[in-house]
Amino acid sequence: MLAKRIIPCLDVKDGQTVKGTNFLQLRQAGDPVELGKIYSQQGADELVFLDITASHEGRKTFTDMVQKVAAEIDIPFTVGGGISELRDVERMLSAGADKISINSAALRRPELIDEIVSHFGSQVCVVAIDAHQDEQGWTCYLNGGRIPTDRNLFEWAREVNDRGAGEILFTSMNHDGVKQGFACEALARLASELTIPVIASGGAGKMEDFCDVFAEGKADAALAASVFHFGQISIPELKEYLKKENINVRI
Amino acid sequence: MKVAVVKYNAGNIFSVIHALKRMGVEPLLTDSAEELRRADKVIFPGQGEASNAMHYLRQRGLDEIIPSLTQPVLGICIGQQLMCRHSEEGDVDCLGIFDAEVKRFVPLKHEDKIPHMGWNSIQNNKIQNSKPTLFEGLDGEFVYFVHSFYVPVCKDTAAITEYIHPFSSAMQKDNFFATQFHPEKSGKVGQQILHNFLEL
Repeated sequence: MLAKRIIPCLDVKDGQTVKGTNFLQLRQAGDPVELGKIYSQQGADELVFLDITASHEGRKTFTDMVQKVAAEIDIPFTVGGGISELRDVERMLSAGADKISINSAALRRPELIDEIVSHFGSQVCVVAIDAHQDEQGWTCYLNGGRIPTDRNLFEWAREVNDRGAGEILFTSMNHDGVKQGFACEALARLASELTIPVIASGGAGKMEDFCDVFAEGKADAALAASVFHFGQISIPELKEYLKKENINVRI
Repeated sequence: MKVAVVKYNAGNIFSVIHALKRMGVEPLLTDSAEELRRADKVIFPGQGEASNAMHYLRQRGLDEIIPSLTQPVLGICIGQQLMCRHSEEGDVDCLGIFDAEVKRFVPLKHEDKIPHMGWNSIQNNKIQNSKPTLFEGLDGEFVYFVHSFYVPVCKDTAAITEYIHPFSSAMQKDNFFATQFHPEKSGKVGQQILHNFLEL
């Protein structure tokens, strides 16, 4: 049986790992290649590296880091941040990334999904969606959660699915950084409406939250950052716990 | 030991090369018949579309060379599929090393997502009169898959994985070995499988 995946996410700025709380404050948390290697040895199923550098030099540093990760780490990894055209995808894949994730660029120009899928296949194309819930429902945001759009989460996710993306990485802005659990209701609805895997992100605080996101949120994978980076949850303990709770995980 | 990796138009060849380098092996990436024949071990990796890959292999005569190799050969992912008789992907005749037909996964229920992507477990399948497989002692271990087409369970099946239905997650016949999963992306278990192959 296909295992549920645990995915640590490493935000990288100028070659260093950082993690924001509610997308704003940044705290230092180490060398991304070394950290990735530790997570891989601990049993992480995949890794995500997000480039949050804006500058051109930063981009170059990030590409160098992707090459190092590909050479040193033996589990699949996704890279995202600043990918806005086919050329960026090509650069990341030739540096050794298994998958790329796009976010704002897909909202601005949805055809980018079709282009990536036809050039490189569905399996490399992860579409990240940052959404916030208010009285009007769930709204998608651009630029790391800074700019609201007029797109609804479920409509956009359906379009992403139908354009052939391989996976959706959904971050609930309401839950991100709050450590009170994932957005299970929205996740379960995504799982029932979509035919592609959903990676849940935003809200992990304790081990029970992971159990809930798989059992109730029907997520295929759960992504988290600070709970792993700051040692609040260790991946081996988390997996043992999930196994006891009858969640199929790789140990 | 000389390890050759077959160079062709498939993606993800470099991850195999990185994995070998981590194990202290400096592989040779080549499409030369002579160099492939001279190698102690040959790895036929990749990710891609079957009919395009076969077209490329035929243009370079690799469709004749690969089945004629006598040293241990390991096909990975699309490599395993191309080693079969025929693939539904692009309706193409393949190398015919394994007498099997590659089929497209058809979902039976909403939860059956295609491609089959992620970590799934393998079970050894004893092949009659055959030497041990590459997967001795690895029953129930998880390995990493990404694929939309599969080889049904057949007489050359060396390991079985369950997704939608049981399929051949690894195959073995004479000097030919193959895995549908990516050992180079499967952590320690994958490295053990590559190690077992290199030790043959």
